[in-house]
Amino acid sequence: MIQTLAFYLLAGLVIASAVMVILSRNPVHSVLWLILAFFNAAGLMVLVGAEFIAMLLVIVYVGAVAVLFLFVVMMLDIDFAAMRAGFVKNFPLGIAVALILLAELGLGIGAYGAGGLELGASDEMAPVRDDVSNIASIGALLYDDYIILFEVAGIILLVAMIGAIVLTHREPKPGARGRQDIGKQISRRPEEATVLKNPEYGKGVEL
Amino acid sequence: MTEFFEGLGMSYEWAWTVATLVGILAISLIVMFSVAMVIYVDRKVLGAIMLRRGPNVVGPFGLLQSFADGLKVFLQETIIPSAANKGIFLLAPIITFTVALAAWAVIPFADGVVLADINVGLLYILAISSLGVYGVVMSGWASNSKYPFFSAMRAAAQMISYEVSIGFILVCVVLWAGSFNMTDIVMAQKGHGLGIVNGFFFNPLLFPIFVVFFICALAETARAPFDLTEAESELVAGYQTEYSSMSFALFWLGEYANILLMCSLCTLLFVGGWLPPVEWAPLYYVPGIVWFLLKTFGFFLVFSWIWATVPRYRYDQLMRLGWKVFLPMSLIFVALISGYLMATGHFAK
Repeated sequence: MIQTLAFYLLAGLVIASAVMVILSRNPVHSVLWLILAFFNAAGLMVLVGAEFIAMLLVIVYVGAVAVLFLFVVMMLDIDFAAMRAGFVKNFPLGIAVALILLAELGLGIGAYGAGGLELGASDEMAPVRDDVSNIASIGALLYDDYIILFEVAGIILLVAMIGAIVLTHREPKPGARGRQDIGKQISRRPEEATVLKNPEYGKGVEL
Repeated sequence: MTEFFEGLGMSYEWAWTVATLVGILAISLIVMFSVAMVIYVDRKVLGAIMLRRGPNVVGPFGLLQSFADGLKVFLQETIIPSAANKGIFLLAPIITFTVALAAWAVIPFADGVVLADINVGLLYILAISSLGVYGVVMSGWASNSKYPFFSAMRAAAQMISYEVSIGFILVCVVLWAGSFNMTDIVMAQKGHGLGIVNGFFFNPLLFPIFVVFFICALAETARAPFDLTEAESELVAGYQTEYSSMSFALFWLGEYANILLMCSLCTLLFVGGWLPPVEWAPLYYVPGIVWFLLKTFGFFLVFSWIWATVPRYRYDQLMRLGWKVFLPMSLIFVALISGYLMATGHFAK
């Protein structure tokens, strides 16, 4: 009873906030609705007993990806007039993409309904085991059966990360100012940095 | 507590719901009361270190100062800047406050005294604490003012940088304890040091990462010396600049609830939670919650001691410390600790 209530609450909120992502005029509001959608999706994961996936969803998507997203969108100087001016021009393209997606969805659902797809065990669910926790079973699968795939994924991500760093990294020009040496800064003593002078009235100080 | 309500003739589901609601209410009240007292302690300690008296007028020894302040902000007028984005402006303090309270759901105060004894407890805390940045970022953007916006940008970068190191440190603790469940992590520390002392604190491999964790906790809660988000000499009051009355107080309460959460995390992960410091039978006659509160309070005293003595970091130093010192260090310790545990056959059990 409570689970059913919770399911309809969370599912309704996911759909409502997903709709609001598209409908809200302010991009920052859109991102915030998107975050709400992620969060409620995590709630749905908890309901089906996948608490590890739920926590990962919150940590990765809400806690890291969406923060950066919000960060970038917040910095934009939004000109609503310019945004609306492009609407008519981009309308046919948008409609085309939407129609293609709709057709694909229809085909997919049709194929699934006709039983043309083998999406694992669709009729009988895999038995839920209470004695093994989520984390333990995912870990066992990931590090025993799929260790090669896991490591390949890791290497690909590492390459992508290094690639991003190499693309954006700029060597400072030799002798350029603004390069700070923290060790040098904190090892400076008052004796080297300050001079005590007692100038006569009306005369300057030679340094 | 569920059994108690079932005894009153409720079905299991309703008894569970009522019990959980009562638990939430109890924990919120306790946390809010501790926050009020801890703000008083913070000001007292700061006063003592600065050779002042600190709050001493309201009530005996000034004990009621926080409640008087609470009443004062409650009666003040809420001012919303005309250029502010109203909805988000009002939502931001509520998010900060809610998130600061939500993480307490998985904190065990004593053996079995926990609202939700879930087996992803530590991940839940990591998830909830990563939400804390939204309150700051939203308030900074919605205020439509320069200083809060700068503060929001600083806060977002700072919290993300230090969360990475905190994640790796938690991995070390989880590796040694073999569980994400908070209760199991505390029980794994029982007699950890040669069967005499309780706590990962005394482990030579885990002590360095405990120090790093404590410093990261300071940065994560934006406490001195990492309080760049509200550096008063540069940013007035940071993201809280445009706030007044209760919405300002919600930020304040949420901040201190977060500090207390970090103190209790230090206690639970490294100093043995509700276990007495030494494995000696008579010490177990003291209720576990007393040990837990004492240890948490001790960490809080260190927080306010640091606040009073350490000068503020520069922003580039903060980033350097997070990315170039703590991140490699915690990464090395993950490898070191898992290597040690593999070599000694810790996982074979």
